[in-house]
Amino acid sequence: MEHYNMNLTLKVWRQENSDKKGKFETYKVNGISSEMSFLEMFDVLNEQLIHEGKDAIAFDHDCREGICGACSMYINGKPHGPWELNTTCQLHMRAFKDGDTIVVEPWRAKAFPVIKDLVTDRSSFDRIIQSGGYISVNTGNAVDANSLPIKKDHADAAFAAAACIGCGACVAACKNSSAMLFVSAKVSHLALLPQGEPEKESRVLNMIAQMDKEGFGGCTNTGACEATCPKGISLSNIARLNKEYTLASLISE
Amino acid sequence: MTWKQVFTSSVGQKLTMGLSGIFLILFLIVHAGLNACIWAMDGGVMFNRAAHFMGDNVVPRVLEIGLFVFILLHIIQGLMLEASNRSKRGTPYAVSYGNRGSKWYSRSMGLLGTIILLFLVVHMVHFWIPSRFTGVAETTLPNGVEVHDLFSLMMATFQENIGVVILYVIGCISLAYHLAHGFQSAFRTMGVHNKRYVAMLKAIGYGFSVIVPLAFAMMPISMYFGWVK
Repeated sequence: MEHYNMNLTLKVWRQENSDKKGKFETYKVNGISSEMSFLEMFDVLNEQLIHEGKDAIAFDHDCREGICGACSMYINGKPHGPWELNTTCQLHMRAFKDGDTIVVEPWRAKAFPVIKDLVTDRSSFDRIIQSGGYISVNTGNAVDANSLPIKKDHADAAFAAAACIGCGACVAACKNSSAMLFVSAKVSHLALLPQGEPEKESRVLNMIAQMDKEGFGGCTNTGACEATCPKGISLSNIARLNKEYTLASLISE
Repeated sequence: MTWKQVFTSSVGQKLTMGLSGIFLILFLIVHAGLNACIWAMDGGVMFNRAAHFMGDNVVPRVLEIGLFVFILLHIIQGLMLEASNRSKRGTPYAVSYGNRGSKWYSRSMGLLGTIILLFLVVHMVHFWIPSRFTGVAETTLPNGVEVHDLFSLMMATFQENIGVVILYVIGCISLAYHLAHGFQSAFRTMGVHNKRYVAMLKAIGYGFSVIVPLAFAMMPISMYFGWVK
C-alpha cells in the first residue's frame, strides 16, 4: 500500500473526572503518516499539546499489539474504529484520508464511568470475573497431557470464547449497555471444559448476579456486540449462557 | 436461590419475555386460523360458528385467561425492560453505532411493541368489548343456534372506513417486524445455540413473521374491497 501523509481534524471527548461534565474539543494534527497506528497519532497529538503547555489527553493502552484489552476508543461511532476484528491500537491511519474529521469518544455506559477523558473505569468486569470466572484446583504436579479427554469441537469453542480480552467494546456498542457477550464468553469458556464442570452452576448464577449489580443493561439479542468485538466472540455464546443460567436456576436450592 | 431472584435477574426477565412471546405466537396461529373462516364465502356462517365455539366452550375460555395473563406479562415486563435498558447509557454518544451488526427492528422492539399495544386497544374496542359486554346483533345459524353476528360487525367495521383498514395494516406491519426479531430471539433466550437449529428457527421465524401478519392484514383489506361475500 502506498504511503501517504495526512492532515486531520480530531474531535475528542475531554472530561476532567467522573464528577465533572465533559465536552468535545477540536484539534488539528498535521503530517500524520498512513503507517502510524491510531494510538501513535494520539501520541503525536499529545506531544503537540504538551509543547503548547496544555493537558495531554488521557487514554488507556498497554500492549499495543491487540491482545491486552486496555485500549478503548469509540471512533466515528464504532468501538475500536472502522476496521473489523480489530483493536484501537491495531487500527492504522491508512483507514483514514487526508482532511478527515474523526470523532473520538470514551466507552459510554453507567457501569463504565469516565475517569478522565477517554479512560473509563472497567473494574466492573474484574468484579464479574471475581464472582465466578475461575476454576478451583489444588496446585501440584502438572497432570499428564490427555489425562482429561476433551472433545475437539468443545476445545475449539472454549478456545474461541477464551479469546475475549475484556475490553468492553460489546458494552460500548450495545444499545442497552449490556455486558452479556463478555459474561457469556467467560461462562462458555469454562462451561465447555471438564475443569469448569464442578463450579458450572454457581459460576453462571454468581456472574449474572454480579453483572446485574454492576448496572449493565439486559441483552435483547440484537447482535451489535458480535459485530464490533475485536476478537470475534460469537453471539451463540449468549445463547449458551442463557441455557446454562436457566438450567442452573432450575436445579439450584 | 429464590424464584424471585430467578425472574428478576436480567436473564430471568428475558426468559419471561421469550416464554410469554412464544405463547403469544401460538395464539396468533389460532387467531389467524379461525379468522380465515371469513374466506369461506358462505355469508359468514362458518366464521360465526367458529367465533361462537371460541366464546362458548370452556377450553378456549380457560385459555383466554392464560392469554390475558401472558399478554399483560409481556407488555409490563417489556416496558419495564425498555425503560431500564435505556437508562444504562448515561451520556449519549455523539455519533451513533447505527446499523452495524444489528437490524433496526431488533433495536426497536419497544417501539414496535408499543404500536402493537395501541393497535390492540383499538382492536379490543372494535370486537372484544362488544362481543363480551356491550352486545352484538344476533343471527341464527343453519342448525338453529343463536350466535353473535361478528361477521357482520367485521364487515361494517372494515367496509365503511379506509382509516380503520390502514390502522389495521399498520398494526400488522409492526407485528411482522416485532416477530422478525422476537421469534428467533425467544429461542436464543431459551438457550438454543446449536447452529443447525438456530438456522432453522431463523428461517421459520422469518416465514412466520411474513405469512401470519399478511394473513391478518388481508382480512380488513379483502372486506374493504368487497372480496368477501
